[in-house]
Amino acid sequence: MPMTIHINGSELPLPDDPRVSLLDLLRDRLQLSGAKKGCNQGACGACTVLVDGQRILSCLALAVQYEGRSVISIEGLADGELHPLQQAFIEHDGLQCGYCTPGQICSAIGMEAELRRGVPSYVTEDLAGAAIAPTHEELRERMSGNLCRCGAYNGIVAAIVDHRGKEAQ
Amino acid sequence: MNPFTYARAATVADALRMGAQPGAKYLGGGTNLVDLLRETLERPAALVDVTQLSNAIEERPDGSLLIGAAATNTALAEHQAVRSRFPLLSRAIVAGASAQIRNMATVGGNMLQRTRCSYFYDEDGARCNKRSPGQGCDAIDGFNRMHAVLGASEACVATHPSDMCVALAALDAVIHLQGANGARTLPFNDLHRLPEDRPELDTVLEAGELITAIEVPALAFSARSNYRKVRDRSSYAFALVSVAAAIDIEDGIVRDVRVALGGVAHKPWRAWRLEAALRGRQAGEALFHAAADVELADARPLRDNAFKIGLARNTVAAVLSSLSANPGAQP
Repeated sequence: MPMTIHINGSELPLPDDPRVSLLDLLRDRLQLSGAKKGCNQGACGACTVLVDGQRILSCLALAVQYEGRSVISIEGLADGELHPLQQAFIEHDGLQCGYCTPGQICSAIGMEAELRRGVPSYVTEDLAGAAIAPTHEELRERMSGNLCRCGAYNGIVAAIVDHRGKEAQ
Repeated sequence: MNPFTYARAATVADALRMGAQPGAKYLGGGTNLVDLLRETLERPAALVDVTQLSNAIEERPDGSLLIGAAATNTALAEHQAVRSRFPLLSRAIVAGASAQIRNMATVGGNMLQRTRCSYFYDEDGARCNKRSPGQGCDAIDGFNRMHAVLGASEACVATHPSDMCVALAALDAVIHLQGANGARTLPFNDLHRLPEDRPELDTVLEAGELITAIEVPALAFSARSNYRKVRDRSSYAFALVSVAAAIDIEDGIVRDVRVALGGVAHKPWRAWRLEAALRGRQAGEALFHAAADVELADARPLRDNAFKIGLARNTVAAVLSSLSANPGAQP
């Protein structure tokens, strides 16, 4: 029985070579080139994907570590039409060159789940408090693992704020 | 990466059996080890994935916590008991790395991460006694702004990069280990070594020994605690200096205190002398500065990092002053 991994809803065999990173599996073997290889050392966030709903860096993951888990990359978010957060990134100019965008969007979706769960951040004043106010400072801190060399940060935060507001309605 | 085999351990016994193979290495979240494999700074023959072992976070009747080594950094930081009773630990964890990395990284792996000294990483261009024992150290006369000011040696001036470990040092955590000779416990403050003339050894762990859990003993005043990290940018950077502290003040007098420093030494630096200089004295900024001076009396700056001594002094005073004025843990 070959080991398998679920990627964007499909069950796929894992590579025989345990050295293959999750990012290389996506990009080089499955032609899912949305997740980007920016630094390949965990410093830029461009390779961010969701595993069982949690955001991780696929460049620092060996694919075999994720046997049996469910991976969602940027290609798995749109369902016929753009995911609402993708649409919000367009509306708020949350990108210029677009290279970091797949990672930013996957990261933001994971981040929103963390906020709902009450995961604190370094700038959360009351660590023990039940509700965390999603201030601009909180969102910036929580997204700090995703670099954008075009400097579209204000648009990225605006897109997330907009998306969160629409989700809450 | 050099070739290696990969296997998941289902039980501790499984892990120990596989971990006893020559060249075997335990794998947690991989956030440091995978990078080191790619740089070929680590060349294990076998990786033993220990993330399926206990990740339980248990709050015990005596108020202590028992944390399975496979718990993720995020799981520990968000645990209600950690947030309410050990805020310095929760804030130290979320001060480290990025959310993506904290979701992957395990508590056991965090403790065993290697230094981020750029000379250690530069195998082709620099000498490093930690990477290649006996080769020499290019950091001592190099760009050493990030390097150690306390407890360094002629052989190595690297710092330990973890934030979480600084809080664990302040909290007198205890490590639970399993190895070929059975189980043992080890005070967390004895886990990491100073470099001396063997900088290639980060810890006192024996070959094949596995961290199974971390115990955080109850501390009556741990809710009045915090962690502050000073770095070159406000997020997602390693510490220049960090301070984990908890303090118990009654009628203006320091009854008891715990302080540890990060970014200044080869290991998380428990500030024993600083604590002794504070107990029984009138709390206040003058005392906090004076006590920090006692701890830093032996600090030895390199060419680029003398600023760390003053920065550590001021950060200690700022954190303790803030905790004295306000029992809550503001960032």
